Amino acid sequence: MLGRLAGEIPRFFTLQKLALLLEAMGTTLAMTIIGCVFGFLLAFTIVFLRQTPGRLALPIRLVAILYVEIFRRIPFLVVTYLVLFFIQIFVSDASLFAIAVIAICIYSTAYTAEIIRGGFESVARQQIEAAAAMNFSRWQTLMSVIIPQSWPVILPPAVAFAVGFIKDTALVSQVGVFELTFRGKELNNEGFSGILVFGTIALLYFAMSYPLSRWGRWLEQRLASSPSKRPQQRLRPAHGP
Amino acid sequence: MHHLQVKDLSSAYGPLTVLRSVSLTLSKGEVVALIGPSGSGKSTILRVLMGLTPPTGGEVWVDGAAIDYRSAASIRAARERMAIVFQQYNLFQNMDVMRNVTIAPVKIQGRPRQEVEAEAVRLLAKVGLADKHHSYPDELSGGQQQRVAIARALALRPEILLLDEVTSALDPELVNEVLDTIRALAAEGMTMLIVSHEMGFVREVASKVVMMDKGQVVEEGSPREIFDSPTSERAREFVGKILRH
Amino acid sequence: MNYTFQFGVAFAQLPELLKGAVVTFELGLLTFWGGALIGLLGASLKTFGGPILRRVAHAYVIFFTNTPALIQIYFLLYGLGDIGILWDGFTCTLIGLTLNAGAYLTEIMRAGFISVRRTEMEAAETLGMSVWQQIRFVIVPHIAKTIYPALANFFVVILVMGTSIGAVVGVDELTGQAINISTENYRWIEMFVVVAGIYVVLTLIASLSLALVGRWAFRVKAKVF
Repeated sequence: MLGRLAGEIPRFFTLQKLALLLEAMGTTLAMTIIGCVFGFLLAFTIVFLRQTPGRLALPIRLVAILYVEIFRRIPFLVVTYLVLFFIQIFVSDASLFAIAVIAICIYSTAYTAEIIRGGFESVARQQIEAAAAMNFSRWQTLMSVIIPQSWPVILPPAVAFAVGFIKDTALVSQVGVFELTFRGKELNNEGFSGILVFGTIALLYFAMSYPLSRWGRWLEQRLASSPSKRPQQRLRPAHGP
Repeated sequence: MHHLQVKDLSSAYGPLTVLRSVSLTLSKGEVVALIGPSGSGKSTILRVLMGLTPPTGGEVWVDGAAIDYRSAASIRAARERMAIVFQQYNLFQNMDVMRNVTIAPVKIQGRPRQEVEAEAVRLLAKVGLADKHHSYPDELSGGQQQRVAIARALALRPEILLLDEVTSALDPELVNEVLDTIRALAAEGMTMLIVSHEMGFVREVASKVVMMDKGQVVEEGSPREIFDSPTSERAREFVGKILRH
Repeated sequence: MNYTFQFGVAFAQLPELLKGAVVTFELGLLTFWGGALIGLLGASLKTFGGPILRRVAHAYVIFFTNTPALIQIYFLLYGLGDIGILWDGFTCTLIGLTLNAGAYLTEIMRAGFISVRRTEMEAAETLGMSVWQQIRFVIVPHIAKTIYPALANFFVVILVMGTSIGAVVGVDELTGQAINISTENYRWIEMFVVVAGIYVVLTLIASLSLALVGRWAFRVKAKVF
């Protein structure tokens, strides 16, 4: 076997193949980032909708709750297939990359919504009451009080989720997206040894995942300090005496 | 016409009745103190007035205008005329002192920023915090935070100021600086409804004292009447207990 | 849009799909317990082991938590063939997921180990308990209660996310069955919608049961929703 490996390595590590793998890594990262960023925005919307007060808004609240509870309980592979089939009814030649991004977005929205909701609920009730007593609207309270106080608690888990998702994107290879796992299978089908191919692919995923997760943890520690000690909060210039 | 009139106000939390047909009035410039044991509903009255807790019955008028606490617009109108200072100060943790004081007048009331900032400077000087404009709440002592809270409430230019046990969460040494601020406001003629445990202060500053117990008004009168010669049994009990120390 | 939904066809296949659900459960249970054993070992090594063992355990955790489970399975399925080991899809999925789960469970268990304070151990010691008794009466109950919610949650995650990976390599668990049947009746959407529904029901049942067990056995208030 070692002999076989020795023979394969020069054929495997050509500039061409490396470029291909690098491009695939780019696709993986791009899918993850785009999907998770949009997922984050959508999640924020869902949490906001979920908190709409009033009896008339009950259906809205219900939809928001159901969305999260349902999509947190379906495997990503199934979500991907569902998105694929649904979109292909309407657009038969839709881009597989787009389909993957949409699937990632739909899936991450559900998880991120819980993170955001937890963050919002961690803000003391009294802060919100003080805002209400001064006639802040729900949106103004969210923007001026809740979000500034909760994003140190929301961002790290949200980032950690996105970084973790880099690995889950491997599943979209099943619907034919030209990402890292797909290229891996291709190379394996071309005859290269499984150990060589998937060992390399594993290391490439590692190279993306590990540094980013370390960065995520650094971010978490950085955000753990209180507002008065965080330099970026002091954006307004000091007034005169 | 009274500045604030409350008639038969009731509030319940599920099966628990917190306020039972409470009535009281405030004239312009009057300082009325609400006293009584914990759980008597004193703070609840203030919360109901500010629309933070819904009433289950009764009527409220501010300067003759009725407030309907089922209408969001009516609650908004009420909040434009009254301001509350909380026991726990409730300053916005993510903003410095200046922003805490100016954000509502600028963003909610829509007043010009420069005018609001100038007034904020004046108010902060008045409460003795001229040098703390850019401090954050977690850098200030309890007494300082409470004074910022008072400045914040005053920046809204309320007609009536509601003070909910504003010294109860403070260390004893810090209580006087806050009481001094309130004394000055009373002298300037601000209409105030104060919930307090500081009996000496109440006696000095209030023109009328309303004693409550178990959600009802038990007795009402001038400080001298209430503290020196209470008529009701319950009031006598309460006064007896508190004057013991 | 020129597609008519025929959910009746999908519902008729429920028995076949439920066979797949059984496999999902089997796979989930085996993976979890296998992973838990590995996790216990790994956490022990990381907490009590010498410098070398600690680093080995750490390397194992770092590697398996930063690479996709699917790649790990592919490695077993297509890689081991080179050295003459030919396992089928199910075995590769089982072993791959177990090794993967073991890494995450190592961290969960380690958190539990760390949560036991020295003072508790010392108190147990002064009461005259042997090491084994300490472990049995002080450490294990404490840890069990502390990490139960995390374990319960992880089990549900394996059940839902983990096992569906098997479908990719031909395992006839729930998703795999959906694929098998769809290739014959061409009702892909309907089948997958029904399967999604089954997953939601499965996980709800699992979460609820685990939460109830937690409340009863450990007096732990684990979240169901």
